Amino acid sequence: MNQPLPVSEAFHPQLSVSGLTVRRGERLLFADLQFELRPGGVLLLRGPNGVGKSTLLLALAGIVRPDAGTIAGAERTELHLLNYQSGLKGRLTVSENLKFWQAMNGANGLTVAAALDAVGIGGLGVLEAGYLSSGQLRRLALARLLVSARPIWLLDEPSAALDAEGEALLGRLIDAHRGRGGIAVVATHHDLPLTDQAGVETLILGGAA
Amino acid sequence: MSAFRALIGRDLKLAFRAGGEALTLVLFFVMVAVIVPFAIGPDRPQLTRLAPGIVWIAAFLSMLLGLDRLFRNDDEDGSLTLLRHAGLPLEAVVAAKVIAHWLMTALPLLLATPVLALLLSMSWAQWGQTVLALLIGTPALVSFGALGAAVTVGLRRGGLIAPVLILPLSIPIMIFGVGMMDPLAGSGATLFLIALSLVVTAFSPFAAALALRVAGE
Repeated sequence: MNQPLPVSEAFHPQLSVSGLTVRRGERLLFADLQFELRPGGVLLLRGPNGVGKSTLLLALAGIVRPDAGTIAGAERTELHLLNYQSGLKGRLTVSENLKFWQAMNGANGLTVAAALDAVGIGGLGVLEAGYLSSGQLRRLALARLLVSARPIWLLDEPSAALDAEGEALLGRLIDAHRGRGGIAVVATHHDLPLTDQAGVETLILGGAA
Repeated sequence: MSAFRALIGRDLKLAFRAGGEALTLVLFFVMVAVIVPFAIGPDRPQLTRLAPGIVWIAAFLSMLLGLDRLFRNDDEDGSLTLLRHAGLPLEAVVAAKVIAHWLMTALPLLLATPVLALLLSMSWAQWGQTVLALLIGTPALVSFGALGAAVTVGLRRGGLIAPVLILPLSIPIMIFGVGMMDPLAGSGATLFLIALSLVVTAFSPFAAALALRVAGE
């Protein structure tokens, strides 16, 4: 479980956002947002509930259309979105779920078995995903990011439902991702246990921003 | 292409494991045909004359019943959002789901048509014509259905609205479908049905994908 992830080819993403303004209905969530991430960079999104952290991630993911501003470098097939909806089917087994997303997103990452091992649910491949606990489901959702290597990770409360060991695992996964030059934008209320705090920026949404 | 197949395979697998749902539609299809002879009396020539219309009504209603499942489950568990980042464009995702849906809802109906032929005292020639008409017409029904399901995916009561929405669009399929089964008709209705089906099947993934993109916001 602690084995280092195999390093394949490095990423060279560059995510830059300028003048980003997003409205939900009538409400203005944030205006004129600006940031830039280089390979290995991490952006932590902070702020109280309902301030627009998830919406910002959806905007970066190309799901929510911004009112104004530009997002450059976030190609549709270059990013992974991980939010509270896992896209996993309870009636499919753990490996079937993972194999499906591997087929959809590209099999350029770990194998299914290796990814399950990496997130610590290696023995559960044949189980139907409906039997997993929410923490195990979250680990399975993380495994989805590993089977298809993509340079940009958009993580919405990734540590939700994870135990202490799971949080450490999450830190290691993000570290490995950064080690390959990957970028992560993380909306979180917890501090992530990242080894290298250099290159980690924090964006506080709402009020103080 | 392997992603396309993987998506069809997953939808079929899910439908099989959920069990019974495809069977429910077939049962409904057959039930309509069982009831009609009781309702209009055991007049066999009259039954034979009405058979094409009855088959189409039964097929139409049972396809409408299954429509809601097309995108709703994937929307609720977030799959639909994540599929936006798949290697396939969303239009291809929709096309794959439409094909899977046709295999799960229309194909069983086609297999059940001999039962209807028996119940409605169709001749074998008439039965062959029925199968052909359904084979041509059902892809268009599913495609219109995909459009309705995509437009209403964000609505909680979408299951009720979608059929109402696509009903007027689907009427021509019904008209030409039944027309095609008329022994006195020429090939006009058949050609119209084929044209309609091809056009609708080709365009609906684009329209449905557009609706899904808007619904995602």
